[in-house]
Amino acid sequence: MEGNIINEIKLEFEAVSENEGLARIVAAALIAGLDITVDELEDVKTAVSEAVTNAIIHGYRERGGKVIMNAVLKHEHSNNCIFIVEICDTGVGIEDVEQAMQPMFTTGMENERSGMGFSFMEAFMDKVTVTSSPNMGTVVHMEKRLRALHEE
Amino acid sequence: MPTEVDHHKAAGIRECADRMILDDKVKNIVFDFEGTTFMDSSGLGIIIGRYRKISCFGGKVYAVNANERITRLLKTSGMTSIIEVL
Repeated sequence: MEGNIINEIKLEFEAVSENEGLARIVAAALIAGLDITVDELEDVKTAVSEAVTNAIIHGYRERGGKVIMNAVLKHEHSNNCIFIVEICDTGVGIEDVEQAMQPMFTTGMENERSGMGFSFMEAFMDKVTVTSSPNMGTVVHMEKRLRALHEE
Repeated sequence: MPTEVDHHKAAGIRECADRMILDDKVKNIVFDFEGTTFMDSSGLGIIIGRYRKISCFGGKVYAVNANERITRLLKTSGMTSIIEVL
């Protein structure tokens, strides 16, 4: 591993909705010690919540499976740092990623999804990339630059 | 609304609201966000779904006591075209 890692958490959990809150708390815990605003903390929690919800609803069609969250906090130039989180599932995958990321696009009409999940991720994080192949699963990679660390 | 409005809580909120629409013939819906500290896009889905159910009968949907962040989410996501945020 690179030397500039401040902290890293790998979490594997069952794709049930109870764990959406758990994933948010774990992601929040990783950045809680930083000198960030409440809004930045909520941005990360919301983006993680969206990606995990997608894995549960779309990736696994609410039939369960394993979701892996890899979250890393790294030093960047000067005193800044970057938070990188990946939400991975081995579910049905996405046929057309570009279409799936369009605002208001949803396949889950019967469950009244807003189709705003990816839009929220893109609005709240600095970078969002989605890698997916049908029947192999989906990886949502997100990055957010966060302000300087507290001086020790 | 619960402290955290996410996909996990969505089914319960939906069922509760739909029961009131169907059984009690509720015309307008007020979502009270007092004490709600978190909401993701699942919350928008809940609101859109209820709006679809009551708007054809002339009903209106309101959001009250939303904190600054939730108010901003409702506004920037265009929800204010179907609901009134008070």
